[in-house]
Amino acid sequence: MMVEYQNIFTQVQVQGPPETGMDDSGEMTRERIFKPRFSTLAGWVGNAQLGPIYLGWTGIVSLFTGCLWLNIIGLNMLAQVGWSIPEFLRQLFWLALEPPSPEYGLTMPPLNDGGWYIIASFFLLVSVCTWWLRTYLLAQEHKMGKHTAWAFAAAIWLFLVLGLFRPILMGSWSEAVPYGIFPHLDWTTAFSIRYGNLYYNPFHCLSIVFLYGSVLLFAMHGATILAVTRFGGDRELEQIVDRGTASERAALFWRWTMGFNATMEGIHRWAWWFAVLTPITGGIGILLTGTVVDNWFIWAQEHNFAPVYDGSYGYEAYGTYNDFIGKGE
Amino acid sequence: MLPQWFNDWNRNNPTNVFGPGIIVGAVGGAIIVAVMLVAYGQPFATQSMQTGPRGTGMSVPEFTKQVTKPDPTIEDYYTEEPYVPEGGEPLAKDIYQNVQVLGDLTEDNFNRLMTAMTLWVAGDEGCAYCHGDVDVEEYGEDTLYTKVVSRRMIQMTQNINEGWGDHVNANAEVGVTCYTCHRGEHVPSDIWFKIAPVNQSMAGWSANQNRATSISQSTSLPSDALETYLLEYGTIAVHDLESRVEGSPAGGELPSIQDTERTFSFMNYFDNSLGVNCVFCHNSRAFYDGSQVTAQWGTASLGIAMVQEMNSDYLVPLADVYPEERLGPIHQDAPKAACKTCHKGYQRPMQGLNVIADWPELATTEAPVYE
Repeated sequence: MMVEYQNIFTQVQVQGPPETGMDDSGEMTRERIFKPRFSTLAGWVGNAQLGPIYLGWTGIVSLFTGCLWLNIIGLNMLAQVGWSIPEFLRQLFWLALEPPSPEYGLTMPPLNDGGWYIIASFFLLVSVCTWWLRTYLLAQEHKMGKHTAWAFAAAIWLFLVLGLFRPILMGSWSEAVPYGIFPHLDWTTAFSIRYGNLYYNPFHCLSIVFLYGSVLLFAMHGATILAVTRFGGDRELEQIVDRGTASERAALFWRWTMGFNATMEGIHRWAWWFAVLTPITGGIGILLTGTVVDNWFIWAQEHNFAPVYDGSYGYEAYGTYNDFIGKGE
Repeated sequence: MLPQWFNDWNRNNPTNVFGPGIIVGAVGGAIIVAVMLVAYGQPFATQSMQTGPRGTGMSVPEFTKQVTKPDPTIEDYYTEEPYVPEGGEPLAKDIYQNVQVLGDLTEDNFNRLMTAMTLWVAGDEGCAYCHGDVDVEEYGEDTLYTKVVSRRMIQMTQNINEGWGDHVNANAEVGVTCYTCHRGEHVPSDIWFKIAPVNQSMAGWSANQNRATSISQSTSLPSDALETYLLEYGTIAVHDLESRVEGSPAGGELPSIQDTERTFSFMNYFDNSLGVNCVFCHNSRAFYDGSQVTAQWGTASLGIAMVQEMNSDYLVPLADVYPEERLGPIHQDAPKAACKTCHKGYQRPMQGLNVIADWPELATTEAPVYE
């Protein structure tokens, strides 16, 4: 019986000599750092082995510039609270490194009015792009497909739209997103309000469809594989090339449930495309906002898909204030 | 500690007590909760005020317990019917010295109002709070700042009732008196001072936001919203009224994201001041659209204009009169009013209590009309 294996997370842990992978050239460990070790805690949710990590020049550059980005933000926040650590911790979720004020357009603003933001953003750009290159090169080294790199590139597209492409098209760095916990949420709300309600932006709609679709697909796929694990279904790669009873049952289940089933291989393409299309469509929607369309609600009215509601505005049509506060006559 | 036979028996008869225990506990707990709900009713009952057409989600939801609780300050409100003059009585300006504003009142009504103002604003100190600890003959002197400020505040109250009836009497006769703001305190609650910039070492938009302040209502939105809109007459609207408009926020031709955040900050202040939400006034799908706002939007817009006038004509010019401890902690500016100074979190101040009915003296800048 494989009862121990039927668990939310892994119950059986493999801990032994560290696994280093194939080393055909004898050079693969050259750029790896950290001595591998085992963690029971990590083993509960994944592989118990931690490390080694391949760093490489892309990893070094990415981590270095990423740290600079984070520290510039942190030091700016500290400066805003007069270098008080308690105040920094207390206000941490409120504080931010803001983009420049609008009047500076695309010029370099003073350091204390967005200049540091531009510098930090430059480092973040380098950091993210070298990290992307790292995913690409590592896949190449493993003779893998570049699916991860291209999926990451889709996220980077949205990131570049928000912080680079759209601000340039708008003619002002002030349009970029602030670096701060609450402030970036303020930006999100303000962005939707300013441009007449982003929910009427069809690309925003598409992005939501793919986002929620990704969640749904992930749940369906995860559930299906767990459900047929007892028949060997968790060995997905084998099942792709040599369909067994696990695949048969999973396929029958979905076909009987909804008349259609993905294949053991195709479900991963479904998942990949849904995930990737989320930031791609979202990025298109953001890029069009303020550059091509300035008020999405009016745009929706012009294209006849904002409904008109019959009925009165104002509470007087529906009740009285005195009734509401329990003083009704 | 336990007898040997007990431990032996347990060892020989392993039984899963947790499974049944959890089931009995869960079912039993559910039954208790269900019985309590049936017996005592929903402990967090809510009610909503619908403010727009069905399908728009326009409604103001509140906890019944909270919204039906009377405003506690209503109970302490002192009021007294006027003495209707029969003609020929001497007037305050003839009897007392230096009566600049309330001179046309008969002596009875003058003293009636003086008593009420004392109770509304300085119940503990009494007359001395404004007139000083002196004989009644010297009450005409303007030695204390409190008296000078009071005179101006009476004028402001009269102006509000006379000129801004469409706001303060929008739904029914309500009006304002000193008590509407003061509620028994020397300095009304929920006044405000300028606090921006709130961040050190920063300039521009980096300096005026991202701090939990009283004016930002503890959000990270800009903390200069009240001064921008209620003092400097800044433009609140940020929307483009066509689907495509030329221009860039860089040149200041179009409102920026930052302007929008400041408007949002101001609207948030509005909501908290009145205990309402966005859809009390707006259809949130198109905030800007004048054809989808409620009548309350119009009342609120008048309120903004009213507060702008109160601040610029009455409150800010008093800066030189106040002693230092009454001025703002950062910019030494005069205390100012906004929505919450009167509303105190209620849709209508004191839940719509008609405070002006008994006080025709405060309803007009002219000689009062008694009925």
